[in-house]
Amino acid sequence: MDAKKGIAALTRPTGYAERRARFALVLVSPTFLVIALVVVVPFFWTLFLAVTEIRLIDLPYANLFNATYTLGNFADVLSSSTFWESVGATIAYTFLGTVGSIALGLAAALALRRAFFGRALLRSLVLVPFAVPVVAAALLWQTMLDPQFGLVNAIGLRWLGWSEPIMFLSQRTAHPELLGVAVPVPVALLTVVAFEVWRSFAFAFLFLLARLQSIGGDLVEAARIDGAAPTQVFRHIVWPQLWGVISLLLMLRAIFVFQNFTDVYLLTGGAGGTQVMAVQVYEYLTARNDLGGASALGLVMSATMGVLLVAYVWRSQPRKGVRA
Amino acid sequence: MSARQNPARRAWTRDRIETLVFGVLAWVMRLFLLVITVVPLVYMVALSMRPLESLLANPLRVFPTLGEITFASYQRALASMDTGGYDIGGFLLNSLYVAVGTIVLALLFSVLGGYAVSRFDFPGKRLLGMLFLSVYLFPAVVIAIPLFVIFTGMGLRGSLAALVVIYLAQTVPVALFMLRNFFENLPEGIEEAAALDGAGGLRTLWHIVLPLALPALAATGLFVFIVAWNEFLFALLFLLESRDSWTVSIGIALLDNQDVSPTVLLASSVIMTLPIVLVFLFAQRVFAEGLSAGATKE
Repeated sequence: MDAKKGIAALTRPTGYAERRARFALVLVSPTFLVIALVVVVPFFWTLFLAVTEIRLIDLPYANLFNATYTLGNFADVLSSSTFWESVGATIAYTFLGTVGSIALGLAAALALRRAFFGRALLRSLVLVPFAVPVVAAALLWQTMLDPQFGLVNAIGLRWLGWSEPIMFLSQRTAHPELLGVAVPVPVALLTVVAFEVWRSFAFAFLFLLARLQSIGGDLVEAARIDGAAPTQVFRHIVWPQLWGVISLLLMLRAIFVFQNFTDVYLLTGGAGGTQVMAVQVYEYLTARNDLGGASALGLVMSATMGVLLVAYVWRSQPRKGVRA
Repeated sequence: MSARQNPARRAWTRDRIETLVFGVLAWVMRLFLLVITVVPLVYMVALSMRPLESLLANPLRVFPTLGEITFASYQRALASMDTGGYDIGGFLLNSLYVAVGTIVLALLFSVLGGYAVSRFDFPGKRLLGMLFLSVYLFPAVVIAIPLFVIFTGMGLRGSLAALVVIYLAQTVPVALFMLRNFFENLPEGIEEAAALDGAGGLRTLWHIVLPLALPALAATGLFVFIVAWNEFLFALLFLLESRDSWTVSIGIALLDNQDVSPTVLLASSVIMTLPIVLVFLFAQRVFAEGLSAGATKE
């Protein structure tokens, strides 16, 4: 029905509404075109590459019809010894990175909401980690965490009683004693998570601060006069109004962190148990020169995200009858 | 009544304790934020002005002594290859080309598209939304595989123009969304008046709408600039073999793999960061409003 109307609008530009529709189509067509060419077409090509065994040098001679189709790439990728470890790393990185950055963003927004001396300056400074280019940020962290000349290890050795420097970027697990029990801590993975939180909490901060400022003061004031303590005001007035933005942020951030290649690759190169799926796809593509494997793993990645998203959207649908 | 007569007993209500505790916590948080934002920045700048030997000898002392402040690391980073430098300037120029090209095209596309979406009904409007979603749902590294293949086939590896096209596709959805939100809040009356006076669609857009949209264009352009300036994965995949085309992102990241002194790397980082931080701080108000506009609309 819609399509028919559309074709009619294109072929018979007589009426005012149709002329407008035609004009609008002309305006959006460059955008349509560039996204179709750079995103949609390549995606279908990934599908093709994933079910064939084509090497880069064979490509000029390959097409849809002379290719041999196989599910071998998926079998290879899924049965690889590193697959499940990278799934685990990806889930931990996504969950901790997302929740961490939103929690820090919320704490920052609450702390910088009311006026105090230096607020304007601090509000600008908070945006700095977000603004520093990721390459520069990664170099900075590598330097600060360096076992020989890094500031963090220097402080730890001097004042925190560390017996030896910690290899933040390459050590898989450490076993510090807590109350006499050795607790396994995934050092490199937590470092990558901390980097993610540090770099992106300002994003959550901006959204949450804007939302906090739009909450009417009247309601809060009335609750305070009625004797509500700050935690009660937060729990019953502020939090319900923030929840919409927070759940939006959870989804946006999770999508970004899940597919984040750059931050992890630059900081650790995938060492020490930080080889998330995005980094592994890159390894397949470059180090192993395996187009099919890279494509298959990439599709597994997309599918995983698709499932998580559908689950999220389904969960967050308001149930019938709960709300008027 | 009795509480009012006895201030000492009134002092320890839940309300009073919480106000006190959160008052303290707020300052702890502010201090924490100050530390995690200022210390790394100061560290980066301070180390870039220290000789390497001094850093190795005393990693705990962040600041250089007055006598040892040196800009040798900056000179080394900026000097040309044949004088033993790393030619960061060339990388900066490449990044600038790519960023400016992307900004111009992304603004053009998103002004046209955002205006169309905010003002007109047309077939395929919903499809456009799905298409945008796809940009963010297909991981960049997945899209990169076939693009890598295509560019290799077409001999476009090493071409900055090809990179611009990719960055355009990566930024146009958000840019269009930002501008659409702005256009939707713009009263339509002025445009109708222009149309009645005989101005065509494009003339109305150019002469009436765009001048009003300058702040939104600035915010959108800033967003595009930051993405293009920072992007790493596509640049790495497509430019690796052609050093002359390296953008500053991969240029500095690849220096890290060679045995380059950390002070030179930090000096390069400062050089790469300075323009963006300055622009960011200068325009942060515009940017913050542009970014979160629509997010909080009730």
